[in-house]
Amino acid sequence: MTRKVNYSASLCRHDFGLLHARIKDAVAYTAIYLAAFYAVLVLAGIILYVFAKGFPVLDLPFFTTVTSVVNGTVGIAGNMVNTVYIVVLTLIAAVPTGVGAAVWLNEYAASCKAVRLIEFATETLTGIPSIVFGMFGMVFFGTTLGLGYSILTGALTLSLMILPLITRSTQEALRAVPDGYRDGAIGMGATKWHMIRTILLPSAMPGIVTGILLAVGRIVGESAALLFTAGSGYLLPDVGSGLVHKIMESGGTLTIQMYLSMARAEYDTAFGIAAVLLCMVLAFNLLLKLLTRRWNRISR
Amino acid sequence: MNGIKIETTDLNLYYGNHHALKAVTMDIRADAVTALIGPSGCGKSTFLKALNRMNDLTKGVRITGRVRLDGVDIYASGVDMTALRRRVGMVFQQPNPFPMSIYDNIAYGPRIHGEKSRARLDAVVERSLRRAAIWEETKDRLKKPAAGLSGGQQQRLCIARALAVEPEVLLMDEPTSALDPASTLKIEELLLQLKRSYTVVIVTHNMQQAARVADDTAFFLAGEVIEKGRTKRLFSGAQDTRTRDYIAGRYG
Repeated sequence: MTRKVNYSASLCRHDFGLLHARIKDAVAYTAIYLAAFYAVLVLAGIILYVFAKGFPVLDLPFFTTVTSVVNGTVGIAGNMVNTVYIVVLTLIAAVPTGVGAAVWLNEYAASCKAVRLIEFATETLTGIPSIVFGMFGMVFFGTTLGLGYSILTGALTLSLMILPLITRSTQEALRAVPDGYRDGAIGMGATKWHMIRTILLPSAMPGIVTGILLAVGRIVGESAALLFTAGSGYLLPDVGSGLVHKIMESGGTLTIQMYLSMARAEYDTAFGIAAVLLCMVLAFNLLLKLLTRRWNRISR
Repeated sequence: MNGIKIETTDLNLYYGNHHALKAVTMDIRADAVTALIGPSGCGKSTFLKALNRMNDLTKGVRITGRVRLDGVDIYASGVDMTALRRRVGMVFQQPNPFPMSIYDNIAYGPRIHGEKSRARLDAVVERSLRRAAIWEETKDRLKKPAAGLSGGQQQRLCIARALAVEPEVLLMDEPTSALDPASTLKIEELLLQLKRSYTVVIVTHNMQQAARVADDTAFFLAGEVIEKGRTKRLFSGAQDTRTRDYIAGRYG
């Protein structure tokens, strides 16, 4: 038996069912609104708090000197240099491999099973806690390969960690390239590699660069995987050959230094570094947004 | 009387277990337009792609029989794919200009084949665009992205791109099915000019188009060539009832 509902009547008459629904709707709306507001509030709160505590610490010597009891300076110059080293070395190790793997998976791999296995492996890699990467890096690169506590050990460890990110974003970018480009180039007599080099990779470049920027963000923010691999050196490299030797020396990034400062209850320094890190994250996000918008406009 | 440019003998093609082309034996005349007609999935596009080995890219494809270009088997071992596709160019159903400038699109083929001289590339670009009847529309915007052209212009650009490597044969896979009637007409006019110096093979779903542009026509059904011959004869009095029915629009 179906009950006939008279909607027009319920609009005029006082209907408890409808009132009930209206109240539920209002409550849900308020809750969702508060949840969204809460997220924004927390973010804004953290940023304001860190900036308020951190900015007073930031002066020129903070950026240009290293911490020294003898000179009486507190500075993060060495850590900033280390961060640049780690970022550059990690990218050098991970980008060619990651992009290469994605090209192979997308353009060459003949067996679906192999592709699925590798994709499963990369997805799993993404889920591994970074401290596990740190342990592996310390044992394998540090001890087995004898690289010790060094920037190189840290960078190689991180390269494993961001490999899936690079591969994933490159694969997605390659998948978005229309097949017509491939057929067109091959039909012109291009070899596969020529086609990949001249058509596919340039078309996929925005996606690849986005992946790289995300990876840089992760490298800059990483601490657990670096603590036991790159160590915590904070000195500036000697100019000259020291710039090369530096990669074999221990070097803590900004996050590592922040961790150490907090462990020593040097909260001013920690907040200073936090403010610098937050600025970097904001800058990265802004850069990403700008680039994405620009590329979208070009491709249209 | 034109000579024979391409001849296929007993050409069979399998996608895995699917027998897509069944013993196709056909001669394609030089400097003429040959149309391949037939309902969707009849194998005409597959046949077209077999003529410059574009099927090689597809997984699980197996081919038996022969395809001879000027008497030479293109499936023989040691055939250079780059050289083959230079001689046998291709235009696709969807206009597929590369995401680069109009100039670079046209120069893409010549550059594959090692052309570096700026002056010669300039000349090739102009000549190819003129031949594809799109020079006037593009000469002032050669450095602009090809994506800014209309669909019909893009397709003529793709024809120009294919012509830039001086092919002998032009394969066209439903080149006008994604275009409006005016653009279609332009491409058809272009085809009639091109056949003076190129051998053209065109797959089309459009009977009128085949009748307008093709000297020869072959009717495909379920992977077989049912009937082939001069377009006029096929359209005025096909011998096979299936050909007559298809041309009359009774199926497909």
